[in-house]
Amino acid sequence: MEKLISEFSIGLFFWQTVIFVILIFILKKYAWKPILDAVNEREEGIKNALLSAEKAKEEMVSLQSDNEATLKKARAERDLLLKEAREIKQQLIDDAKNEAKSEAKKIISQAQDTITSEKNAAISDLKNQVAELSIEIAEKVLKEKLSDDKSQMDLVKELVKDVTLK
Amino acid sequence: MKNIKLAIFVLFSLVFGLDTHGAPSADISKNENTKGDIKTEIKEYISHHLKDSHSYSLTSWVDEDTGKKVYLELPLPVILYDNGFHFFMSSKLKHGKTVVESSGNFYRLNYDKSKIFKTNKEGEFSYDKNNKIINFAPIDFSITKNITSIILVAFIMFFLFSGLAKSFSKNKGISKGVGRFFEPIILYIRDEIAIPNIGEKKYKNYMSFLLTIFFFIWFLNMLGLTPLGVNATGNIAVTFSLALLTFLITNFTANKSYWGHIFWMPGVPVLIKIVLAPIELLGVFIKPFSLLIRLYANIQAGHIVLYSLIGLMFIFQNWIGSSLSFVLAFFISIIEILVALLQAYIFTMLSALYFGFAVAEEDH
Repeated sequence: MEKLISEFSIGLFFWQTVIFVILIFILKKYAWKPILDAVNEREEGIKNALLSAEKAKEEMVSLQSDNEATLKKARAERDLLLKEAREIKQQLIDDAKNEAKSEAKKIISQAQDTITSEKNAAISDLKNQVAELSIEIAEKVLKEKLSDDKSQMDLVKELVKDVTLK
Repeated sequence: MKNIKLAIFVLFSLVFGLDTHGAPSADISKNENTKGDIKTEIKEYISHHLKDSHSYSLTSWVDEDTGKKVYLELPLPVILYDNGFHFFMSSKLKHGKTVVESSGNFYRLNYDKSKIFKTNKEGEFSYDKNNKIINFAPIDFSITKNITSIILVAFIMFFLFSGLAKSFSKNKGISKGVGRFFEPIILYIRDEIAIPNIGEKKYKNYMSFLLTIFFFIWFLNMLGLTPLGVNATGNIAVTFSLALLTFLITNFTANKSYWGHIFWMPGVPVLIKIVLAPIELLGVFIKPFSLLIRLYANIQAGHIVLYSLIGLMFIFQNWIGSSLSFVLAFFISIIEILVALLQAYIFTMLSALYFGFAVAEEDH
């Protein structure tokens, strides 16, 4: 220890301290600060680049999922539209069928009515004609039959026979 | 024969980062190649290397013709404070062989202690009973070898990291060039040391200090392993200065909760609170103190071991022993490279931990 103290050189200590302190300040200004700043800047740059890459990736993923969703939606819509169209078609067909049926029914019933009325008219006409014809026939038959008196008498007798006095 | 050995030593020194200043075979005429002499010389050499030096020595040799030792070195300015400042170049000191006169005062370097003393005109040192020099030692503000190395590291760091900062702005946030190697280390300090220990909110205030201290210690440790042979981080004054800064920053940025935990520990009985307060207060000083001792001791010990192993090669003087110490020295060098980084990491890590204590929020 004593040897160390006796060897201690104040001049060396003085110069060493002065030079070293000056060196710290000079290097701080001309070396360490610019170096550390540049390194920091570079690191920030790398960090930002990585972050933006990550962000782009995320965006890509979200875009993809968006696309998928849109596609899904579009597909669902298409399905819905198709379904609706099918339903409408079915309904149209059904409606048309129903209408046709009812129309047909109407026509048939009209035709039946017409037929009935025509038939009735024809029947009544026929009846009239038959009556006239039978009257004519009867007239002719009577004329023929009652041409002699005997037969006239027979008839009268017959008729009278049926008649009962009440 | 002797010269070949010297040449080999210089070669190894350069490979293993030895300061060849005052190599063991320094004085041929005196040295009769006895083992005891080499041992003491190596010991002296190592202890001298561990100290600071007033000039930046690269190598030295003995001139064949004159028989004098020749040094290849970079002279550095010497600044002394002794009732006013005295300036002169370290080449005037001549490794303590001459007296330097500066504005009426005489100074001489004591080579063993690597310290300058005020002397009389003849440059005599006076010793006390314990063989200690009692001459007056002026306050030495010299730009020594360690300080030159510190300045060198400061410049390297400035150009390296301001270059990195520029390459960031030029290439839009992507580093280029040599700074690229250090960018992950900066990020490591931020992500693994500062943020986990200090917290996401406040770590930014401490980043400059943590980064500077980490690279400073690391580079200075590594410089200590180069052939330049500096031992700055193994010097107590340097580590003291670094730890002092950690201490000051910790205590000046500390919040109420930190001081509350020191002087009046919440959640324990009053009696224990009173007992804990001095212990905690002592801890405030011990924590940075452990920092300064750890760094100093590790680097110092590493240098001693490495230099001793290299010195062993010349003590063994046979194929088996010397090559064994060569292999050992080689591995220790590699371990020292690891230690250089590890110690910088530990210092930074613990500093961050202490800052974290200082700014910890109440809720825990």
